[in-house]
Order: sequence, then C-alpha cells, then structure tokens
Amino acid sequence: MSLWDDIKALAEEVKAPLTGLSITDSYSRQPRVTIQYPDVRRPLSRRARWRHVLNRYENGLEKCIGCSLCAGACPANAIYVKAAENTAENRVSPGERYAEQYEINMIRCIFCGYCEEACPTQAIQLKDIYELADDERKDLIYTKEMMLTPAPEEE
Amino acid sequence: MDFSQFSHIFWSVPTNEVPAADWWIDVLRAFVRILVPVFFVLLLVPPLVWFERRLLGFMQQRQGPNRVGPEGIVQTIADGVKLLMKEDIIPSNVDRTLYVLAPIIMLIPALVTAGVLPWHPSLVWGAGAPNVDIGVLYLLAWSSLAVYGVVMAGWASNNKYALLGGLRSSAQMISYELGMGIAVVTVVLISGALSVRDIVFDQSAYGWIKDAAHTTAHHAAYTWGIVHKPWLGFLNPWHVAQFFPMGFVAAFIYVVAMLAETNRSPFDLPEAETELVAGYHTEYTSMKFAMFFMGEYANMVVVSAIAATLFFGGWTTPIAQLDQWDNTAVGWIIPAAMISAKIGLGLYFFVWIRATLPRIRYDMLMSFGWKGIFPIALGNLFCVAVSLTAGYWAGLAVWIVLAVGALLIVANLDSTKRFTEKTRRRSVLGLYASAQPFQMPLVKTSNGAPPVDGRTAAEELVK
Repeated sequence: MSLWDDIKALAEEVKAPLTGLSITDSYSRQPRVTIQYPDVRRPLSRRARWRHVLNRYENGLEKCIGCSLCAGACPANAIYVKAAENTAENRVSPGERYAEQYEINMIRCIFCGYCEEACPTQAIQLKDIYELADDERKDLIYTKEMMLTPAPEEE
Repeated sequence: MDFSQFSHIFWSVPTNEVPAADWWIDVLRAFVRILVPVFFVLLLVPPLVWFERRLLGFMQQRQGPNRVGPEGIVQTIADGVKLLMKEDIIPSNVDRTLYVLAPIIMLIPALVTAGVLPWHPSLVWGAGAPNVDIGVLYLLAWSSLAVYGVVMAGWASNNKYALLGGLRSSAQMISYELGMGIAVVTVVLISGALSVRDIVFDQSAYGWIKDAAHTTAHHAAYTWGIVHKPWLGFLNPWHVAQFFPMGFVAAFIYVVAMLAETNRSPFDLPEAETELVAGYHTEYTSMKFAMFFMGEYANMVVVSAIAATLFFGGWTTPIAQLDQWDNTAVGWIIPAAMISAKIGLGLYFFVWIRATLPRIRYDMLMSFGWKGIFPIALGNLFCVAVSLTAGYWAGLAVWIVLAVGALLIVANLDSTKRFTEKTRRRSVLGLYASAQPFQMPLVKTSNGAPPVDGRTAAEELVK
C-alpha cells in the first residue's frame, strides 16, 4: 500500500466513531419497535393455538355432544369428559348426550390442537387467549364453566 | 439590625467587591453559597439516571423507563428506595475501614469540585467559592482524588475481580489525567489565569467587560499582548474556538479524558461486566452501592460542568452581544441557564457516546492514552505557547508542521497498518451504511418460502 492509502485507512479509523454517532442519533428519532405490552397487544395469527374455548350454537345450545373423541385424541391425556343424557326438560346440546363435566389440565396440555381436529361438531377450539399463568396447580385444571362461551341473552 | 436591613445586606450584590461590613455575614453567605452546587449536583443525579436510561432506550429503538410518574421520571426514586431497603451486607473478610470509606471517597470529590465552578460573574453569589485564585489547581487536585475511592473499594473487597477493577481504574485514571491536565494547562495558558472565574471572563468579549477589566485574567491577557475578540465577529471567544485548531484539540482531548476519568463507556473497563462481574463494586450492596452509583453520576455532572466552564464559555452566552445583561433578575437567570444548558449538553454527549461506542480493549486503552492523547496534548500545548510568544500565525505554522509530520509517521507505522487492516473498517462501514431499522417480517408468499431475489440468483449462475 502506498502512503496515501495508509493515510486514507487512518482517516477511516478516525471517521468511524463519528459515523457511529450519527447512526445512533438517527435511530433515536425513529419509531420504537417495542410496544407497551399490557396496554397494547400485538394481534396474533388466526391460527394461534392457546386456551381452549367451548363453543355454542347461535340458539344457545352447546356444540359439545360429550363424545370424548377429544380426550381420545389428546396425546397428553389432559382432557376428561363425563357425558350425560339430554332430556326434554334439560336440553343442553342438540344431540343425544352432552358433556356434564369437561375438564382440561392446562399443566399437561401441550397445545397441539388435536382435540380441535378430532371434534366432530367444532365444539372445542384453541383461541388466542394466551395469559394462562397461575400460582395454584388446582386452578390450572380448567372446568367447563371456565371455557364455555357465555350464553346469548334470552329475549 | 432588624431583619429587613439584614436581608438587604445579606443578599445585596455589589458588583465587584466583597463587602466586609461584618465578617459573620460573609461566613453566612459562604454557607448558603456552598449549598447551591452541592444540591445542584445531588438533585441532578436521579433525573440524570432516568435521562440516560430513556435516551439509551430511544437510541436502541425501545421505550426506556416510562411507567413511574410522567414519562417515568420518578423511576430512579423508586430504584433508590428499593436499594435503601435492601440488606446492607459487609462480607466477612473485607478490610472494614477502607470498605466503608470507599463509597464516601467516591462521592465527596465530585461534590467538592463543583464548589469553584461559577454560574454567575458575581463575586458574592457567583459560585460556591467564587474567588479561589488557584481554582484550576483545586479542580485538578480534587478530581484526581476520585480514583482513591475506586482503588480502595477494589482492595478492601478482598475479591480478585474487584481488585482487578480497582487496579485497572487506577492505571487508567492516572494515564488519562496527564492528557487532561495538559489540556487544562492549555486553557490556563490561553487565558493567563488560574482562577476559574477569570477563565470564564476571558471567554466573554463584551459582557461584564467593565468588571472584567479589573480582573487578573485581563491583566494577564494584556501582558500576553492579546485581547480576545469575538469569533466570526459575533461569537464569544470560547476557548474551544481560540487559536483555532489548538483550542479545539485541547477541548477534544479534555472530552476524551473526561470519559476516561469518570469510567464511562467506552472506557468503562473498571466495571467491565463481561470480564469482572461488576468490577470494583462487586461486593457492595444497598446504600453503599447507591453511593458508588451516585458518585459516578455526580462525577459526570461535575466533569461536564468543568468542560463547559473551561472550554465552552461557562455562564457566557454564545452570541457575544447578548452577554451585556445587568444585575437584574434576568441577569441572574441567563448565566445560570447557560451553564445548566451546557452541562445538559455534556451529559447528552456522555449518553450518546455510551449508546454508540463499544468498550475498548485494555491495551488499546493504555496505548491510546499514552501514545495518542498525551503526545497530542503536549504538542498542542507547545503550539499554544508558540502562538502566545510569536503570534498566532507562527503557532499555526508549527501546528500544521507537527500535525503533518505526526500523520506521516503514524500512517507509516507497522502497528497502524496492522490495526487498520485487521479491523477491516471498509467492509464494516459498508454494513453500517446499508443497515436498516429492524421491522417485523411481513413475508407473504404462496408456498411459505422466503422470496428469492431473482437477480442475485442469476448473477450466481453467471459466475
């Protein structure tokens, strides 16, 4: 290298910190990429698999017919379904039977979504409700009441 | 005397002489005066910590603390309360006296140094100690004491990492103190005064000129045969702009040395967390750690105040003609606001540097101090001396000769070549130039594969 090249290389060494300063300065005026999480949430993907939801028909009847296919499909054995017969006085779901007791152990659940695939009536769905932390193991066994979508108001 | 009479005498500001009506009035004034810099420095520390974290956040495209109080400004108070509530652990094998003394010695010099820095030309209320004839020596003496806190903490902790941090710090501070001292001597040479007050007067072209004519600074300036004129016709003759390249070089050297003196990035090797856990304050908890923390930030405030005073005009305004205020309320607010603004800019610079430059290696630090800062400061001082004796143009000629000579020698050194080749700055600069701010990837293709740049692929094929 010639002397001139050496001087140019040296000048670049001197210039480098200034370039860095200009970069950090320009970044300080750019929009921030982080968000204020509890106040602002990023939308999740439509296929996000988080907490389960038990759906209803529009007339308020539960979609779940207590067939236990979800429990059979579950690789973690996290689902427990106890079915009961629908009667004329107490009609909960349109089929013959309904789930009297429906529990999912959220500690065991691996959120694979096989229950959703197995369900013949699309009663169970994994939605984007992702704040599932708790400090009591018992509270992490979600019951039917916790997962069921609220019944439409009767008019 | 009744109270109104007393307060009239106490607060009155005769422009240029210390009234000695009663000696105890002077003593009382001194007590009130000395509180101002102490409280200024101490009260500035919490907002400064918040400011640093917030600005660092902005420069890294994140939020920084913004939850506690408006914009998060009370965050530091919350942190401080948390620190004070913690258990104060003294490890069993430490040297107790030094261990307890170290954080105190860290904090005190910063507060004491601020005492001679003026915020107003007044001899009565202008600074903590407005008329110290050897103010510059006082500054140098106290600022060199801060290293003892670090070394003592490192030694007393009985911890090898703390000791390494303390040793690094002592070597680093002593090395950079030379460059800093010579930069300060350059200022002393330009202004011909050791009193900080006179040094500030020397940087004001018109303001308070009728008082300044009596000060030693201007006597000295007249003996040198120079009177500083406003720069470019309207800017105050701040020392950073005096004897053009030389004052600037001195200011630059002071700024670099001040980063090293306060153990701030990129010279924060004494607390390099990647190597030394937390350096010299590894073993400290609770209140003692808080005092180290406060000492570091108080040092930042004081050091940028010194830089503002010695090189950037102290309480003077940038425009020379604006300095002609009078002894009124405005005449008290303007200079205080000017020095505060300059301190604020200095602190911004501290944070900006921290956000930008990575920590340098220890041998680089040493060689930069001894082979870079020190000889440059020395040559610069020589050129200022030549300017004062043989005139500015002679000094400038010597400066240019020295600069070109040094450039030729340094550029030809094998070590320089190895350094520039090794760092491969060219390619890194290219990366910097093409760097884009991070964005959430929004890739949408039919089959889920990332989009292929057809042109690049074609070029690959051609090769």
